[in-house]
Amino acid sequence: MSALVCCLLVLLILGFMIVTGLPLFGQSQAMDLLTGAWSPRNNLYGIAPMILGTLWISLLSVTISFPMSLGCAAYISVLGGHKKATVMKGCVQMMTGIPTIIYGFVGVFLLVPLIRETAGRGSGMCILSASLVLAVLIAPTMILFFIQSFDRVPRSWLDAVDALGGSRVQKLVYVVLPACVKGIVTGTVLSFGRALGDTLVALMIAGNAVQTPNSLLDSARTLTSHIALVSAADFESMEFKSIFLCGAVLYLITAVVILGARLIEKRGNHE
Amino acid sequence: MNRWGEKAVYALSVISCMMLFGSVATLLCYLLIKGLPALNLGLIFGSTPVGDALLLKRQVFDGIFPAMAGTLALILLAITIAVPLGLLAGIYMAEYSGRFTRNVFGFLFDLLSGIPSIVVGLFGFSAILFLHHHVSEALVPSLLVSALSLAFLVLPYIVKTTQMALETVPRQTRVTGLALGATKLQNIVFCLIPESFSTILGGIILAVGRCAEDTAVIMLTGAVASAGLPNSLFKGFEALPFYIYYISSQYADQAELNQGFGACIVLLLICATLFILAAIIQRKVKHTLLYRH
Repeated sequence: MSALVCCLLVLLILGFMIVTGLPLFGQSQAMDLLTGAWSPRNNLYGIAPMILGTLWISLLSVTISFPMSLGCAAYISVLGGHKKATVMKGCVQMMTGIPTIIYGFVGVFLLVPLIRETAGRGSGMCILSASLVLAVLIAPTMILFFIQSFDRVPRSWLDAVDALGGSRVQKLVYVVLPACVKGIVTGTVLSFGRALGDTLVALMIAGNAVQTPNSLLDSARTLTSHIALVSAADFESMEFKSIFLCGAVLYLITAVVILGARLIEKRGNHE
Repeated sequence: MNRWGEKAVYALSVISCMMLFGSVATLLCYLLIKGLPALNLGLIFGSTPVGDALLLKRQVFDGIFPAMAGTLALILLAITIAVPLGLLAGIYMAEYSGRFTRNVFGFLFDLLSGIPSIVVGLFGFSAILFLHHHVSEALVPSLLVSALSLAFLVLPYIVKTTQMALETVPRQTRVTGLALGATKLQNIVFCLIPESFSTILGGIILAVGRCAEDTAVIMLTGAVASAGLPNSLFKGFEALPFYIYYISSQYADQAELNQGFGACIVLLLICATLFILAAIIQRKVKHTLLYRH
């Protein structure tokens, strides 16, 4: 059956990707590369600053996005009226279709000057600006995921609250949220994975300076933008080789995120 | 919970809605205000007469026509590669696979769809570099490489949509064909696929949208700032998202920047049209979440 062949072909490509990334981990210097500093002049090609930059930006954006998404999802599926909620849900779905590059472009010309003037120092291209844009970018996905899990709460439970004379807010706080803890955690974890893998926003807005970030207004470089920036370098150079390590690290984190999300979901099914 | 607590929860949720919708609305308004003045035929065709440009008589130098043509070629190629593969794999996943293979493959496809697009691009880039050094000097990052990488990027999405569409066909419909004596293959081709066709088509259109907007992949695998109209599979090409990225970092004067805003609106319009088309076809969008960008 040709379908099986197709499946195998896809998996083969996946395997090839893993194989190309693996040799770097076999080398003894792999740990140095992972934890070391980046300073090509001294022959140091550690990607630790990039890993830190990635974590700062994606954690911050999830932190900003999470309460916002939870509030929106709650309003759309529980608190708001039916008609308003349908329109809003449509809007949120449309938002997932807005190209990333557009968020980046508007971020550069609208948000960056704003942050620069408010902060009064730096270029405005910093972790904070990138995280803010990224937060808006990942919010729709998070909201749709939350709504999906809110909608799985059995109808009879909701009717029971109504029958007992509970208000909508009580329904949300005492019934829906406790029932959806797992869905909420899964959605957040997956959005974190998405924030991590995004290239364009960080590349355009975070400033791309290689340094260990100390404050929100510092410029930072993420793993993804490092790949994009260095790929133009010489094929044989160590700089170029370091981007494969970046790729492998991204790959690993993604795998962990998805495995984690799947495990959480599975445990939910058993109970 | 007392009255005030309730009011606070309600207010917080309304505020978060307003924050999100407010910021997206600001974004779109800003784009419209800045971009609308630049939005005219000159943006697309530059100073070349429209008819000549469309008939390929003359090159367009100062418009985004080549970038649009590049994006179109890219989408067509990538989708032609990804759709047959994705459809077949999806059919296999839904109809033929056992429980174990479904679980394992399901996880692998999830993983695949979670890989950051830049990593997919990096893979395409390193593969072509490898070929360049070991097979033929003529192989360089090009339209074909980009299309292959993009196809690979949207493949898991098409597989998932197909699988879901087939699995949600009601049991009665599913067994009717078999009961009438159809073989399994006949049942799939004549009964299940037509039944779930709209969902699958919607999924494909959304995949087209992702091809149109993706920048990270093509940035590494062959998009260049100026190449003219795409005329060969083995050369670099221009694409709309890459053009926007290029403008944002390299613009020389206000006119170019305005062109960038105009290009943003064009791209947004293309993506919105595709999205609405998919929604209409699927009637209600069964939104399978895409976990990455």
